[in-house]
Amino acid sequence: MLQEMIFAGFGGQGVLSMGTLLAYAAMKEGKEVSWMPSYGPEMRGGTANCIVNISDQPISSPIVSEYDVAVVLNQPSLKKFESRVKKDGILIWESTNIKEPPTRTDINVYGLPAIDKATHELKNVKVMNMIVLGALVKINKIVKKESLLIALRETLPERHHHLIPLNKKAIEMGMKLI
Amino acid sequence: MKKGYELIYKRPKTLLSKRMHYCPGCFHSTVHKMLMEVVEEMDIQEKTIGVCPVGCSVFAYDYLDVDMQEAAHGRAAAVATGIKRMLPDRIVFSYQGDGDLAAIGTAETIHACNRGENFTFIFINNGIYGMTGGQMAPTTLEGQKTTTSPYGRKPDTAGMPIKMAEIVSLFERVAYVERVSCNTPANARKTKRAIRKAFEFQMQGLGTTFIEVASNCPSGWKCTPEESLNWLKEHVFPYFPLGVFKEPAKEKV
Amino acid sequence: MAEIKLMKGNEALAEAAIRAGLQGYFGYPITPQSEVIEYLAVQEPKHDYVLIQAESELAAVNMLYGSSGAGARVMTTTSSPGFTLMQEGISYLACTELPCVLVNVVRGGPGLGTIQASQGDYFQAVKGGGHGDYHIIVLGPNSVQEMVDHIFLAFELADKYCNPVMLLADGAIGQMMEKVTLPEPIPYKPNKPWATTGKTPDRKRNILTSLFIESEEMEKRNLRLQEKFKKITQNEIQYEEYQTDDAEIIVVAFGLCSRISKRAVDIGRESGIKMGLFRPITLWPFPLKQLEEIASRKNVKFFISIEMNAGQMVEDVKLAVCGKKPVHFFGRLGGIVPTPDETFNAIKSKI
Repeated sequence: MLQEMIFAGFGGQGVLSMGTLLAYAAMKEGKEVSWMPSYGPEMRGGTANCIVNISDQPISSPIVSEYDVAVVLNQPSLKKFESRVKKDGILIWESTNIKEPPTRTDINVYGLPAIDKATHELKNVKVMNMIVLGALVKINKIVKKESLLIALRETLPERHHHLIPLNKKAIEMGMKLI
Repeated sequence: MKKGYELIYKRPKTLLSKRMHYCPGCFHSTVHKMLMEVVEEMDIQEKTIGVCPVGCSVFAYDYLDVDMQEAAHGRAAAVATGIKRMLPDRIVFSYQGDGDLAAIGTAETIHACNRGENFTFIFINNGIYGMTGGQMAPTTLEGQKTTTSPYGRKPDTAGMPIKMAEIVSLFERVAYVERVSCNTPANARKTKRAIRKAFEFQMQGLGTTFIEVASNCPSGWKCTPEESLNWLKEHVFPYFPLGVFKEPAKEKV
Repeated sequence: MAEIKLMKGNEALAEAAIRAGLQGYFGYPITPQSEVIEYLAVQEPKHDYVLIQAESELAAVNMLYGSSGAGARVMTTTSSPGFTLMQEGISYLACTELPCVLVNVVRGGPGLGTIQASQGDYFQAVKGGGHGDYHIIVLGPNSVQEMVDHIFLAFELADKYCNPVMLLADGAIGQMMEKVTLPEPIPYKPNKPWATTGKTPDRKRNILTSLFIESEEMEKRNLRLQEKFKKITQNEIQYEEYQTDDAEIIVVAFGLCSRISKRAVDIGRESGIKMGLFRPITLWPFPLKQLEEIASRKNVKFFISIEMNAGQMVEDVKLAVCGKKPVHFFGRLGGIVPTPDETFNAIKSKI
């Protein structure tokens, strides 16, 4: 089974690390993965995105034009990627920040107030991306929660390990939102 | 040797017995000999690696009996950097002319000096492009005629001659800078002493060592060898003064 | 033990170089490959390679020359504009016959261009971007794993033939992360009697030069190089075929485009079109004979070259096919990576 996903938002919202964590977790489960970032000036505060492909088979093209899943954290990304979700695919959008919601009815749409939840309930807006990621894996079961936790431990630098419990909490919160 | 005769001079073993292509009166051959005498006297032939430039001394490796690399025009400092960093216990020198070191290769020269690369520059500054037929060099004197400054070098359009020894002595990691010449036997001996000092400092790992030889070019200057010596004294030395510009502090040596 | 990691192409190639026994790296930062020097800078204290951030690509390639001449296993990496600056040094390295590894993580040009992925430097890489008659061996990795594998292969070929070997990658492969198996480090013991390490009494002085002022001598060196290039062509060609056995349409693509094209082939097969992919792995030497053989097959109707440029490799495909079958081209320019769908549609439009 091949899942082609895009994660998009403002630079700094953690879209690249969300994708990295997911790819790493999938690799830990023995799957084939590719993680393809947009790079360049976008990194400095503009829009950023990464395409993550996860499959049981070797991945042919790391770049695709239509996605099984789109995770969008800002309005420009929703505008750009809503139309590129495959029919019956999944679109997750951040509803505190995005004012004009998606309009398609032939796909599965999930609006998550992740920024609001992270700010008020977890007191740290930065883990907003983990809430979204938790929701995603609950929806499409692409990796196990345990694999994400392993990925957190193995990809976060030691000096950030004290943040693992908070990230775990955020992932679990996201799963509960679905 | 005949009985009653005393051997007072011989070619250093490190200088190959070969007729040189240099013009009569040119300092290149003198500096080659000084350099190889130093290598012989310090017994460092097995440890010495040289880099040739593009210019009149492009064939220096035909005469110097040490391992040598031929660099692209201007890149001798980068090539020497590569050699010395891989083989830090060897003695490495680049042998470059003014076009090579101070025009096309200025960036490489400046940055090797700034990093304090631990090799020795031997910089032959004769104020002209000898090999290609006497064109203007970055060190050509104001008013000096060359084939590309037929009415004399004009500072308004060509700038003033670059004083490399003075410039590189500003870098913190450059250990030793001296400008010498070979216009008299005494000065030639000073050149040899300077090369030896530079190699000794290099062996101590003190940083970049830089010997500028205020040199001549009878063919390019269109004069006799003797006239070239006078030109040096009258015109070159006043602008490019001989002497030590930088030396390691005594406690380091 | 071999290690499995999730790594960016640029970082994987840097790690591979360390494991292949890297002794010297010289480079100048340029997007999209600066991760290579950054990675090597972080790892430097744990290893004993020399790392210099040079003042320019010009200086970097000449440091490569000096250190290769001193007998070391050395590498530089850059991206398109930087690779242009290196051409001077590469011509000298090729003529002097110095082994070294060069990596061009290509971005879109010409000029300052864009930092996005491109294959616009194919001509420069395979036809010899510098002056004179020479070739460097060119490998076209198409995955993060091959960034690793090709680094090992490149060092091996460089030493075997005393010739520069390059990886022609692109910004996407440099920037993307994939699962990668890192092989065990290999102990590197150079055997380079020609290196300038200091003249010992048991041998003549070693001179490394590309200057042969007598035409007869220069011709002799040239003939020696040509002889070597012939041998490389006979022995080192690598390519990959996918579904070509019964194919009527042969898609030719290298690097990232070969993966996109593979997907396009799958799309084609699903809709009943008999397509196959021919992927040159060595871009120089180019698998001319292999393509020629395919062109002679009765069932093959046409070839199409898919590239991220205005049509460069397609000229080599035409040389190979030699008029036996039509050869088409589809490409995107300026740093745009074609998608499998548009690639498939482009192929289909030629039927």
